[in-house]
Amino acid sequence: MTGTSTLLVAIAVLAVGTYACRVAGPLLRARVTLPEQVERLTGRATVVLLAAVAATSTLIVDHGFAGPARLVGVVVGGLLAWRRAPFAAVVLAAAGTTAALRACGVT
Amino acid sequence: MRALSRQVAVRPRHDLDRGLARDVALICGAYALVGGSFGAIAVGAGLPVWAPVLLSVVVFSGASQFLLVALLTGGGGVVPAVLACLLVNTRHLPYGFAIGDALGPGWPRRLVGSHLLVDESVVFALARRDEGRARAAFWACGLSLFVAWNVGVLAGAFAGAAVPDTDAFGLDAAFPAVLLALIMPALRDSPTRRAALAGAALAAVAAPVLPAGLPVVLALAGLLAGRTVRPRGAAEPGPRQAVRGTDGAVPGPVDER
Repeated sequence: MTGTSTLLVAIAVLAVGTYACRVAGPLLRARVTLPEQVERLTGRATVVLLAAVAATSTLIVDHGFAGPARLVGVVVGGLLAWRRAPFAAVVLAAAGTTAALRACGVT
Repeated sequence: MRALSRQVAVRPRHDLDRGLARDVALICGAYALVGGSFGAIAVGAGLPVWAPVLLSVVVFSGASQFLLVALLTGGGGVVPAVLACLLVNTRHLPYGFAIGDALGPGWPRRLVGSHLLVDESVVFALARRDEGRARAAFWACGLSLFVAWNVGVLAGAFAGAAVPDTDAFGLDAAFPAVLLALIMPALRDSPTRRAALAGAALAAVAAPVLPAGLPVVLALAGLLAGRTVRPRGAAEPGPRQAVRGTDGAVPGPVDER
């Protein structure tokens, strides 16, 4: 088992590294105004990253397929979102569908 | 100066609409439950109670926290474990560049707000039309999630085995759905949609073989697919404009509801 001091150092390094990633953008933006084109690109990059996070967290668990129950739930939520359903409906439908499938024995 | 900063500080309260409060409350509930399962899993895997609690306060990033506990208790080395988690968190770098201004003016707000940059607070800010509402959404979401997550982890760490399996509630499907719902307005802009689809496909294909975190970074290559073929100088709506709509023509799923 990992010792107390090792654990503390691991947590500290992860915390500092994560915070450094988070704070770089806001601090830079306080000093310089980004050109319109860069602005547009960072906005689009964020959407791409969020889409990738959504895709991988829908499909993958521990480098393998997460199972059909989760996928179907997210697809139901995604379709509702595409049809401009309210946010709460999207989220509850996704969770509800997956929960119902699991209750029926789908993994 | 003082009066001005006070004005700015008060403004988000006026911008807090009921729809935002309801949506944030919904995600907070899910966060608290998943936080509870994180605390329970960490302690169940043999970590002392303080470890998941401290981790959640100072790192505040669910995916990397689950990964760290899995790698540390799985018998791997500490250095590769921390590096893998840092890789997962590199996506916060472009997040900060994209919505840094939504944190508000002044150093204290930027320094504190940076810690609250998570997928959900970023996407909430991105989905708001004007700067005041984007800022209100970011802070409301970021602060509430921070409290919900840490209370959940604390409770889970102490409750241990009594914490129910959140997968039974389908919460693992709720989080991708949250992100999808909130980026949907931006996806109605065709170059952004092409870039996002290409990036998501790349990440999904790479995820089984690459270490965690890397596939999402790789997804940025999808931006190449978003390059427009129309002549230079032609108006191209960016994701920001697409999210915020023109004259409210394309309201987002969270806006005005």
